[in-house]
Amino acid sequence: MEFLSDIASLINSTLRISTPLVFAAMAGIFAERSGVIDFSLEGKMLMAAFVAAVGSYFFGNPWVGLLMAIVACVSLSMLHGFASVTHKGDQVVSCVAINILIIGLTTALAAAWFGQAGLTPTLTNEQRFLEITLPFADALQNVPVIGFIYSDIISGHYIFVYLAYLSVPIVYWVVFKTSFGLRVRAVGENPSAVDTAGINVFTTRYKALAINGVLIAFAGAHLSTAVNANFFREMSAGRGYLALAAMIFGKWHPKTALIACLLFGFTDAMQIRLQGVELPMVGTIPVQLIQAIPYVLTVVLLAGFVGKAIAPSAIGQPYIKER
Amino acid sequence: MSAAVDKSKVPWWVSNLIVPLVNLTLALFVSALFIFIAGENPVQAVKLIIYGSFGYLEGFAYTLYYTTNFIFTGLAFAVAFHCRLFNIGGEGQAYIGGLGVFLVAINVSFLPVPIIWLLSIAGAFVFGAAWAFIPAYLQAKRGSHVVITTIMFNFIASSLMVYLLVDVIRDMEQMGPHTVALPKEMWLPSFKDFVALFGIKIRYSPLNLSFLLAIAASFFVWFLVWKTKWGYEMRAVGHNTQAAIYAGISPYKNIIIAMLISGGLAGLLSINEILGVHHKIVSGFPAGYGFTGIAVALMGRNHPIGIFPAAFLFGILYQGGSEVTFDMPNITRYMFVAVQGVIILFSGALENLFRPQIESFFVSRLKREVDA
Repeated sequence: MEFLSDIASLINSTLRISTPLVFAAMAGIFAERSGVIDFSLEGKMLMAAFVAAVGSYFFGNPWVGLLMAIVACVSLSMLHGFASVTHKGDQVVSCVAINILIIGLTTALAAAWFGQAGLTPTLTNEQRFLEITLPFADALQNVPVIGFIYSDIISGHYIFVYLAYLSVPIVYWVVFKTSFGLRVRAVGENPSAVDTAGINVFTTRYKALAINGVLIAFAGAHLSTAVNANFFREMSAGRGYLALAAMIFGKWHPKTALIACLLFGFTDAMQIRLQGVELPMVGTIPVQLIQAIPYVLTVVLLAGFVGKAIAPSAIGQPYIKER
Repeated sequence: MSAAVDKSKVPWWVSNLIVPLVNLTLALFVSALFIFIAGENPVQAVKLIIYGSFGYLEGFAYTLYYTTNFIFTGLAFAVAFHCRLFNIGGEGQAYIGGLGVFLVAINVSFLPVPIIWLLSIAGAFVFGAAWAFIPAYLQAKRGSHVVITTIMFNFIASSLMVYLLVDVIRDMEQMGPHTVALPKEMWLPSFKDFVALFGIKIRYSPLNLSFLLAIAASFFVWFLVWKTKWGYEMRAVGHNTQAAIYAGISPYKNIIIAMLISGGLAGLLSINEILGVHHKIVSGFPAGYGFTGIAVALMGRNHPIGIFPAAFLFGILYQGGSEVTFDMPNITRYMFVAVQGVIILFSGALENLFRPQIESFFVSRLKREVDA
């Protein structure tokens, strides 16, 4: 039985750790499919974490915090669009600016408003999202197999975990099965052809960026109002970049990106378990080196042993309308 | 149409002085707004910044000490940028460069001091460059974007160095995660020693001989990028890779060389920090200087002549900023990280915000003068 509960806890932590990555990867798919590079997922996730925590704290309701985080992230996406779509600035520079700005601003404001440590106040249970026990989970607890899968694995997660995995088929459907999705992809592949067909390249890119902002806000809120009960300095810890790597490894496709996100989540869950454990042959691996595993994995995935990833062909190029 | 200004008619001082100054002013205005949101008076903050960075000799020396760091990291970013590479791994490259300085210095301590310095500089450069090599190789051969790989290498460098500082090269007689101090003869002469020759006494100054190394590095970069065949090839790859390939220039080779030099320059930061200031490796010594280099380079339009004043401006912001955090409880040093972000935004991503208007304004004005 202990073996089973170990497996359940490993699966559960994999699902939980992958959640912000899944949101961020889906957000990234929208931006990049429309031809806008988005390295600023990291900064936006951090912003969402900060705003959600502060919003929930002041209004006593995590939903208000989430709503404010969405507004903040969509605004940042619009800023990225303003710089790189409207003013044709360098997209990577715009992202780097947003990331550095948010690292500084969130910590500076947290320190100014709540004291020098740069933490926001701990949220009470009413101010944050709690684990949801699905109906009949307790009743089915002792039924063999079904009880294990339903009560121990499927039930008992934060709402964001369910939303994240639900978002994957939705994003897939929007991007590949709707006319809006077709426009987004076309704008990312061949903007001048789309323009000739009478579709506004700029508006389409802004719409894709707005959806990107909404999705990434969930990732940040998950970090500060569900898994943790406050915001702390640089709490996104590179997850925006990991998600981007997962998205590239998944070739800008929701399904494969999801698999890469789960791989990251699994590695991270294993990483936490490996700390301080004596392994046969190797001995105890120093904790700092174990913590570096997700980052090494990112580089390895990007180097891609499954062949070169092919980006949307108009990515990173501002569209200049001919007159 | 405002956008239809003939570029060749725009005087150099409009595009290289007026436009960047307008962008900087906008950035500082937004930064003032942040200080206001944090609950402090921006005008008072500016007064403190000016006093802190110029008001007294020690403060001014601190300003130049920060300037030194920003010249190194600014040059590092600029060199890679001329090849259209975003090396945002300066932080990690500087950290690993520190390992190079320390290992070289401690192992050649029998040599005369100036030679130790030269070898340490080589050590810093080589280690920094080595840390940039894998991202460079992956970018050149596999197209893995250097922004992600260099950021990951920052995280990996940080983990690796903490591991080394805790378990391997720590000064075992001390609690903190740092190495033993280098022998005193190896320390670079500081500004304090220099002014003492003229009978001026100051308490302490981190400013040291590395400032001159930073100036030398600026000349080196200028010469390399604009005056050598290799610099030309690198800029060609950055400007138009396809055309460069037709001209027989290898993008692979140039991407890797540009990143190696960029990483090496970032590594030189550790000469200032380790031979000049701490005299040992302390945990986290690059302290964000690597990231600031991005803002410095973009503001300085990736040219050594622009990077120097930009680095000096950030020196003022850092040193003046520490005066502000001292006097204003609501402002922490992170506020100045946010200011960097705003400056990158306005002088990098949004540099075209008012450019067409400003350029057409000056062009039409000058034309009128010629006609009259």
